[in-house]
Amino acid sequence: MSLIPLSKLGIGKAGTIKRVEDDGVISRRLADLGFLPETLVILSRKAPTGDPLCFELRGSQMCLRRKEASKIWVEVE
Amino acid sequence: MSEKHVRLGFLGSPNSGKTTIFNALTGLRAKVGNYPGVTVERREGKLRKSNKNITLIDLPGTYSLQPISSDEEVVSSLLTGHSEGNSVPDGLVLTVDACSIERSLLLVVQALRLGIPLCLTITMMDELKARGGQIDLEKLSSALGIPVVGVVGNKGIGLDKLKNLTQNIEEWQVPILPPPSKTQELSGWIASVLSRGGYEAPEKDRRSDRIDRILLHPFWGSLAFIAVMLFFFQIIFTWAEPAMDAIDFGVNLLQLKVENIVKPGLLRSFLTDGVLAGVGSVIIFLPQITLLFAILAFLEAVGYMARAAFVVDRAMGKIGLEGRAFVALLSSYACAIPGIMAARTVPSPRQRLVTILVAPLMTCSARLPVYTLLISAFIPRDISVGPLGIQGLTLFGLYLGGGVAAFLFAGLIKKFVVKGDDLPFYLELPPYRLPQLKVVARQVWDRASSFLKRAGTIILSVAIILWTLMTFPETDFPDGTPEVLTKKMAIEQSFAGRLGKTIEPVIEPLGFDWKIGIGLIASLAAREVIVATLAQVYAVGGEDESLREAMEKDKNPKTGRKVFTAATVGSMLVFFVFALQCTSTIAVMRRETNSWRWPLFAFSYLLLIAYSASFLTYRIIYAITENSS
Repeated sequence: MSLIPLSKLGIGKAGTIKRVEDDGVISRRLADLGFLPETLVILSRKAPTGDPLCFELRGSQMCLRRKEASKIWVEVE
Repeated sequence: MSEKHVRLGFLGSPNSGKTTIFNALTGLRAKVGNYPGVTVERREGKLRKSNKNITLIDLPGTYSLQPISSDEEVVSSLLTGHSEGNSVPDGLVLTVDACSIERSLLLVVQALRLGIPLCLTITMMDELKARGGQIDLEKLSSALGIPVVGVVGNKGIGLDKLKNLTQNIEEWQVPILPPPSKTQELSGWIASVLSRGGYEAPEKDRRSDRIDRILLHPFWGSLAFIAVMLFFFQIIFTWAEPAMDAIDFGVNLLQLKVENIVKPGLLRSFLTDGVLAGVGSVIIFLPQITLLFAILAFLEAVGYMARAAFVVDRAMGKIGLEGRAFVALLSSYACAIPGIMAARTVPSPRQRLVTILVAPLMTCSARLPVYTLLISAFIPRDISVGPLGIQGLTLFGLYLGGGVAAFLFAGLIKKFVVKGDDLPFYLELPPYRLPQLKVVARQVWDRASSFLKRAGTIILSVAIILWTLMTFPETDFPDGTPEVLTKKMAIEQSFAGRLGKTIEPVIEPLGFDWKIGIGLIASLAAREVIVATLAQVYAVGGEDESLREAMEKDKNPKTGRKVFTAATVGSMLVFFVFALQCTSTIAVMRRETNSWRWPLFAFSYLLLIAYSASFLTYRIIYAITENSS
């Protein structure tokens, strides 16, 4: 069990969100999009150039840039 | 019988199917407008076949009611009673896609906190079942403490039930316990509501996943993106042309008809060259606007637009924009009008404004006649660099120059002019779905009619003002003066002609004389008009061979040198790359930014660049050619 930023997750790998760095506006919006503590996230794919990243969470496919994804810390097996 | 007027807000995240339900309930009579001060579209309609007077308000799709941009503030201030001239809706209908209900309940929580009577409509129940998921709407309703209706908008299922509900908002159930206010407790609350609602999560959407494996593949995905964009570009470029030619032909026909009926004179000139030409210059944009928005709406409904933005986002990020701005800029290569209108898909107001401000730099098709005239007349045909002719290379360079400048200035404008915070980038990839023709058609209709109503009136008035400038004061001619001469003298004596002469000292450093000056003023109506105006000034009938010859021969009376030297031609081409000589673009900018400030800024900064770049070009080519001769 270790904490890594969401941007470091491998394709097809899952993690559980433990912490979202508080950044005011951005963290608030991330929470509204479903990036909440105790939510299971899977990195489903990367854009052809490697950024942005597309995550599967709460029944939707949501894309974030690495910059925002690196603020979300997940626990992986 | 005193009838209470009920207002009902329609809320939901993007792709939830909210608008389909709204359209089905209001029919085709919804009014499309704007919220004051912003670009956010305002759609309102009366509930069809209702005993009560109920107005439905289609609120812009959103994931959150905590605004982080001026666009989003429109929704939240309307719902909290801080919107001027708008009272808080009497009730809210929140549409939720059953497949992403785990996320959508976050929006439901925020809506519950508002304290406005709330009812949920759940869409995509069939998709949820097909993917092995489950939900019991009655149990969900009691878990949440609010009414819940399952709706399939395009098949009409559940609409009657929803309509009945809207008749008695005061009877809607309200939750006994408020939802949790702490972020940490949200996950648990949602899980408990869903488990009480008999919810079982759907499996992965295998069809979308399979398609995405190709369309978002590092190699094939990029290839598919380029193919779709080329196809898209080709369509708005070539498919629109026959329709535009037909409009042109129709306007000409009408002009001839008027000429047959009305005697030569002011009235005839006003009707043909003022009104008809003005109306023509408005509707000439319709084919491109219609096609562009038809394709955009189709790609959006299928689910590809989000993928395209995903693929190209990184490249756009380099200039401070995002993936969704790409399509708007690409469209501007055909014409800046639909391009600027397409910038609405960019959610960040700051980035949308930057996109709008650089869109006129993309080489639109109206520049082509000007480029063609100058290149074919003054760039030698027989010189080539390797296998490429210099004529073709020049044209390519002009196209490229516009694009490069757009990217460069996007970065600069964002850094120095349009300041403010950027929104975090987020983008949902919706499941691939078959588009509904009705939704696509509706969107195209809304866009086209809003263009006609708002931009059209400005374009028409400007056309008539320009006609006035080019017609007055009138001059008398002795009988028997050939028509080409009367036309030449008329434009020279007109206000526009005099203005062209007045600005000669200003444009002389660019190598332009007063004849080009008149052309530049006339081209404010539309860039390609300069070709016809030059033909008029040079008193030639046609616009092709004879105009080229006349321009080649023309000499400056003061210096005895040719007017159109290599330096002047180069300078003119560069001027057209940058300058915003298109009042229609200005009109659409005014409409899309809701202020005169930004179109004025765009006009000024582009004029400044055009002037400086032309000056440099003129000086450089002048120095080279003077030394070598």
